[in-house]
Amino acid sequence: MFKRLSLPDAPAQKTVIVYFDGRQVTAQDGDTIAAALLSAGVEACRTTPVSGSPRGPYCMMGVCFECLVEVDDIPNVQGCQVLVKDGMQIRSQHGARRLG
Amino acid sequence: MKTYDFAVVGGGLVGSAIAYGLAKAGHRVAVLDEGDVAYRASRGNFGLVWVQGKGLEMPSYSQWSMSSASLWPSLSEELWDLTDVATQHQAPGGVHLCYSQREMDLRQADLTSLAKATGGQFDFAMLDHQQLREMIPEIGESVAGASWSRWDGHANPLYLLRGLHAGFLRCGGTFLPGSKVHRVHQRGDSFVIEREGERVQAERVVLAAGLGNRLLAPQVGLHAPLVPNRGEILVTERMRPLLNLPTTYLRQTGEGSILMGDSHEDVGFDEGTETPVLSHIAQRAVRALPALANTRIVRTWGALRVMTPDGYPLYQASLSHPGAFVACCHSGVTLAAAHAKRLAPWIAGDSLPSEIAPFTAERFDVQTVIPA
Repeated sequence: MFKRLSLPDAPAQKTVIVYFDGRQVTAQDGDTIAAALLSAGVEACRTTPVSGSPRGPYCMMGVCFECLVEVDDIPNVQGCQVLVKDGMQIRSQHGARRLG
Repeated sequence: MKTYDFAVVGGGLVGSAIAYGLAKAGHRVAVLDEGDVAYRASRGNFGLVWVQGKGLEMPSYSQWSMSSASLWPSLSEELWDLTDVATQHQAPGGVHLCYSQREMDLRQADLTSLAKATGGQFDFAMLDHQQLREMIPEIGESVAGASWSRWDGHANPLYLLRGLHAGFLRCGGTFLPGSKVHRVHQRGDSFVIEREGERVQAERVVLAAGLGNRLLAPQVGLHAPLVPNRGEILVTERMRPLLNLPTTYLRQTGEGSILMGDSHEDVGFDEGTETPVLSHIAQRAVRALPALANTRIVRTWGALRVMTPDGYPLYQASLSHPGAFVACCHSGVTLAAAHAKRLAPWIAGDSLPSEIAPFTAERFDVQTVIPA
């Protein structure tokens, strides 16, 4: 659904490997988790706590909370506010977060 | 100019509940709402439908609150039927947490005298730590116990407001948002309500403009000596259920967020937040529920309570300007049902609910006690 734009003057970015629900995803250094998931074709990264409906990244600026994921075992992380790091384990956020 | 039966100045919870009650009874009602520049206490409150501890110095306030709590389920149901808006009202009882035996003793003494003053209508139980733990399994070790009352509950205050607005429109009410009312005066048998670029005429007028009532009330022979009192609230991310009944300053919403609050600050009209206050609220919440320690706060805000000098509501009909009424309180959620179902009928001509007879402004006059 999304295509990465190649800008003529942009310096080449290092490739970063992360994992989404165990699946390997190739991203670029400087991507947010949400951008990396969208460019890898992931549409839904969470289900809502109330109705359980699937949701994916939307506002990309920290406001809508639709891009919540679990990152390295930390629940309810806003994917659009965190940059990818090599080896990061990202999981879908299913419903309400667990506690401690 | 069209003449309404009633004009309600203020579209917050107090004005909307009264307007809804009036419109539902078949009256032609207009609500004049200032807009987003108003202080809008109804958009910033906590959402308790609360009875325990209220009215220690004025038992009729406890009785009025109990009456509203009893009417809440039917208000919630009828709004759902009329508008499809769910207020998320629940009345599982509520607790006030105590952190020491001394706090427990003081609480018990206060509530015992309240139970006595209401002729036993208000009832409660003191729970020790173990009994509280049975109710809230994740309660913190440092909580000594709590007072529990079956009268307490909570609701989503924003859905309540939306439901009241929708119900009001559904019953044929006219909603007039836009600007601040600056003048109310009587002309012949009716009232003229003036605001920028507009005049609205109504046979009777209800002032429910929160802190704005201070300036409007004297124009129709009423007195509303209100002061703002700030409360700050923090809200967490949504999480699994861990608190199945509301407490005085901590509740979990239907969507799973935890709301924490209950600061009382005399800071004039400043609606902001202050880190030390927020930090204190958060620390207290973590003491109550240690599982909250690493959760995220997603939003904080401050809102101004509408306080009379003694904290109790003010309801009064003008003697000099018959047909003008003032209504204000800081418990717009708790009292919404009483406002819609008991206060509105009084404003429309029924007899005064006995509980609210003491809530006139004369009680704020200088009192003199002549020694015997």
